Amino acid sequence: MMGLLAAVTIRTRTATCETQNGFCPDWIAKHWTDYLDPMWQHLQLVVVSVAFGFVIGFTLGVMAHRRRWLVGPITGFTGVLYTIPSIALFTLLLPITGFGFRTAVIALTSYTLLIIFRNVVTGLANVPADALEAGRGMGLTQRQRLWRVEVPLALPEIYAGLRIATTTTVGLAALAFFAGAGGLGAQLMTDINFKSNIVLAGGLCVVLAVVLDLVLLGAERLTVRWEFVGR
Amino acid sequence: MMPASITDDFSGALDFIFHQRDAVSGGVRVGGATLLPLLETHIRVTVISMFIACALAIPFALWLGHRGKGQFAAASAANVGRAVPSIAVLVFFSAYLGLGDTNLIFAMVLLAIPPIFTNTYVGIRQVDRDAVDAARGVGMSGPQIVRRVELPLALPLIFGGMRTSTVNVIATATLGPLVGVLTLGDAIINASVYGPEGRLAGAILVAVLAVTAEVAFALLQRAATPRGLKVVRAPRFRAASRTTTVPSVTSAP
Repeated sequence: MMGLLAAVTIRTRTATCETQNGFCPDWIAKHWTDYLDPMWQHLQLVVVSVAFGFVIGFTLGVMAHRRRWLVGPITGFTGVLYTIPSIALFTLLLPITGFGFRTAVIALTSYTLLIIFRNVVTGLANVPADALEAGRGMGLTQRQRLWRVEVPLALPEIYAGLRIATTTTVGLAALAFFAGAGGLGAQLMTDINFKSNIVLAGGLCVVLAVVLDLVLLGAERLTVRWEFVGR
Repeated sequence: MMPASITDDFSGALDFIFHQRDAVSGGVRVGGATLLPLLETHIRVTVISMFIACALAIPFALWLGHRGKGQFAAASAANVGRAVPSIAVLVFFSAYLGLGDTNLIFAMVLLAIPPIFTNTYVGIRQVDRDAVDAARGVGMSGPQIVRRVELPLALPLIFGGMRTSTVNVIATATLGPLVGVLTLGDAIINASVYGPEGRLAGAILVAVLAVTAEVAFALLQRAATPRGLKVVRAPRFRAASRTTTVPSVTSAP
C-alpha cells in the first residue's frame, strides 16, 4: 500500500489533541497547505476525465440522436461500465495500462459516459418541434439546425449532466490512489486514524465539488442567456 | 502493453479464483476456496446495510412524499451525497465505532440512504394527482392511499433507488479491510499477501458481484412495475436536471 503513497507528505503528530486522534483546528490551520498538491492532482483528474467524458458522451449522444436504434446498446454498455465498482475497475486496468494518471483517467472517464450521454440524448429529444420547424423555415440545413437550434436548446440538460458527472467524479477520484494516481484520497490514506486529516481531505473534496459546480453554473448562465432573461 | 502478458495476467487471476496457493508473503493459503468466506462477508454486510437503509429511508420518504413536504431535503440529499468520498465516511466513523462490522455497516447505511430516499420521494411525488384524487373520491383514507395507490405506482422508482444503493454498497464494502472487515476487497488492498494475480482476482469478483446485483435488481424492478404502467410505457429516458433525479443513477459507483 505504502508504495502508492510515495508522493504525499507523511506527518508526525505531537500535541495532545493530535495524539488523541481528535479534530484539531490548530493542526488544520498549520497543515492545510500540505493538501494543496494532492488537491491539484485531484482537480486534474476530475477536469481531464470529465473533458474526455464530455467529448465521447456528446459525440455518442449526437450520433444516437439521428440513429435512435443506437440508444439502447450505448445505454446498456455505458450502464455496465457505470456498475463496475471504481476500485475494481482501477485494479482491472492495472495489467493493461499500469499504475498512474492514465489508468485513473480511463476509469473515471468511463463513469461519466452514461450520465453525459443520457442527458445529451434527452436534451436533444426534448427540443420543441416548433423550433425545428422554424429552423427549417429559415432554410437551415440539417447540420445547421443541429448546431444552431437543437444543441443550444438542449444546453440546460447537457449542463445538468455535466454537473452531475463532475460532482460524481470528485467523489470517485478519492479512490484514484488504487490506480497510483494520487489525489486527496492518497493524502487521506496517509493517516486513517487521525480525524483532522480525514475531515480535511474529505472536506476539500466537497469544497472542490462545490466550486466546480458553481463554475459550471456560471458557464451555463453565460452561454444559455435566454433561460435567465429577466431573472 | 504486450497483449500476451495481459492475457497471462488475467488467466493467472482466473486460476487464483479456482485454485488455492501459498500467499506471496508466505504462511497462509490464499485463493480458491479461501475466497468463499470473503465473498460471504461481502454479501452479508451488503444485505444487512441495505435492510437497515431501506427500513429507515423508505417509510420516511413515503411520509414526506405523501405530505408533499421536503422537496429541498430530497434535492440536497441527492446533490451533496455524491461528492462525499465513501472512504472518508468509512474511516471517519471508525474513530467512534472502532474496527469491525458495526462501523462498516453504519457507514454503508449512511451512503445507501440518499438514493433510496430521493427515489422513493420522487416516486411518490410523481404519482398522478388524478389517481390520488380518485382514490380519495372513492373514500380511501390517507394510509390507504399510500398503501394501495402511491406505493404501487412508485415501486419501479423505489426499486431503482435500491438498485443504485446496492451497487454502491457492494463497492464500499470493498474498502472493508481498511476498518478490519475482511471482504473481497482484502485481495485488492492487501496485494502484498495475495500477489498481483490475487489482486486482479479480487477486482474481477467484485465487478461480477456488482453486475449480478444490478441485473437482479433490473429484473425485480421490471417485475414490480404495475401492469397499468407497463401498458402506458413510461418514457425510456429521464434526464437528470436541477429539479428531478435520474431513477437509476443518483450516486457514485
